Amino acid sequence: MNRRLRWRKFVSNFMLSMTGVCAFVAVSVLFFILGSLVYHGGTSINWNFFTKLPSPVGETGGGMANAIVGSAKLLLLATLFGVPIGFLGAVYLAEFSGSKVAFVVRYAADLLNGAPSIVIGIFAFSIAVHPFKHFSTLAGGFALGVMMVPITLRSTEQFLLDVPRTLREGAMALGASKWKTIATVIVPAAYRGILTAILLAFARVAGETAPLIFTALGNSYWSHGWNEPTASLPVMIWNYSISAYEDWHRQAWAAGLVLLILILVINIMARAILSRGISVPR
Amino acid sequence: MNASVRSVLPVKIAPPTGSLPSREMPSAASMRMTVSKVNFFYGAKQTLFDISLGVAASKVTALIGPSGCGKSTLLRTFNRMDETVRHTRLEGDILLDGHDIHEQDVTQLRRRIGMVFQRPNPFPKSIFDNVAYGLRINGSKLALSDAVEKSLRHAALWDEVKDHLHKSAYELSGGQQQRLCIARALAVEPEVLLLDEPCSALDPISTAKIEELLVQLKDLCTIVIVTHNMQQAARVSDFTAFLLTGQLIEFSPTPYLFTTPSDPRTEAYITGRFG
Repeated sequence: MNRRLRWRKFVSNFMLSMTGVCAFVAVSVLFFILGSLVYHGGTSINWNFFTKLPSPVGETGGGMANAIVGSAKLLLLATLFGVPIGFLGAVYLAEFSGSKVAFVVRYAADLLNGAPSIVIGIFAFSIAVHPFKHFSTLAGGFALGVMMVPITLRSTEQFLLDVPRTLREGAMALGASKWKTIATVIVPAAYRGILTAILLAFARVAGETAPLIFTALGNSYWSHGWNEPTASLPVMIWNYSISAYEDWHRQAWAAGLVLLILILVINIMARAILSRGISVPR
Repeated sequence: MNASVRSVLPVKIAPPTGSLPSREMPSAASMRMTVSKVNFFYGAKQTLFDISLGVAASKVTALIGPSGCGKSTLLRTFNRMDETVRHTRLEGDILLDGHDIHEQDVTQLRRRIGMVFQRPNPFPKSIFDNVAYGLRINGSKLALSDAVEKSLRHAALWDEVKDHLHKSAYELSGGQQQRLCIARALAVEPEVLLLDEPCSALDPISTAKIEELLVQLKDLCTIVIVTHNMQQAARVSDFTAFLLTGQLIEFSPTPYLFTTPSDPRTEAYITGRFG
């Protein structure tokens, strides 16, 4: 074997091992996080965590029932606010707008998508908290909803654009108006993709902390109605993990595990939805 | 008959009985559609030039010509599908039963003029829902299942699908899907059926089935078919229009066009010298 060939073989093997090592590092970080969450969270989680209110400082025990309900309320509000705007906006972009308008809106949505969540929090604070002089569940839901808009909008638009033009023509050639074509053919053809996008947007904001610190604030008791501050899992994790109490650290791990499982379940649901039903062949 | 024509057309063309085939075109009164002086533009580019022709009722009219000659573009102006593409412009008149199609509501017009496309395009729905689609969006009061069965029978698909009407349309073969699309178009009982190279994505057996079907469908509606396959035009059509670079070169009864073309360019095309 001549030198040149040996050198090439060496470079090839070297690069192959490098890429393999990097892939391994990437995955192992993920597994390390998952592993420690499952280890610490799993040993701390118990029935009380889901049913009891946080215990006063100094007492052990208690749970995060209020934060679980709070997170559910916040996510419900966020979905009710973010999904319709994102969805209908996407229908407009994909089906009606000219290319210039679409470009500007897409660009803005991408910027919003990339905006640090703490900036969204400050924005929601100035719009939904400051004028009313109090923190509220509504403001928190609004902040999370704002974050859901660009994700829903961009992915829904993409799924709508992926519906083959031949299907649109087929519907229009049967005398369907544009709105009927969209409602009866295009959206049904894309609905699984759209639903998946919504679920992923939901999972994305479920773990957001920064926007909630400014808006829903958090507390240690049941929050009545929608106009009061409310506890939420991510903020609870933040507060408990920086505290000085061992018992609170334990509960923060448990909350982390619960959030993780929630997001995992949503991801699995999204995959399951994508893989069943009648899909349009490419 | 030109010897070279005969040698490249292994096709049964209605033999000229006794003398030459008639070159007589039907009278204006028996026309379902009339196209007069149509010019068409994509942006600044003109793709159809001054086209005038008539579509005879209850007959099959074929539009033939090489790729890019404008035959599909012309067909799509008949049910105003050209308007779904931006930056296009049409000049001239197209009449359906004597009324300008551009003065009618476009959705109403498309219910009267059905269309079948180059590639089968069933909706991601069941076989039944595909055929029922046009009836449902038009709020038809007809009994859906009867109408669906009738359309599937007309499209010669009923026997193959009657036991699994609620399966996905994508489980059908390509040829079955195309017949499903024909059934879907027939369900709204159109007066005219436009077919844009309906067999170009199909195998010969499926093609033969669809050709057979078209001849039977003449009783139901007027048919206009675009095809790049000359044999197909010869087999199924009563009248043939030959287009070249956006111009109508010749429009004659099919047997006449294929045996004694009057324009040298038509003869060059049908004898396979280009296209």
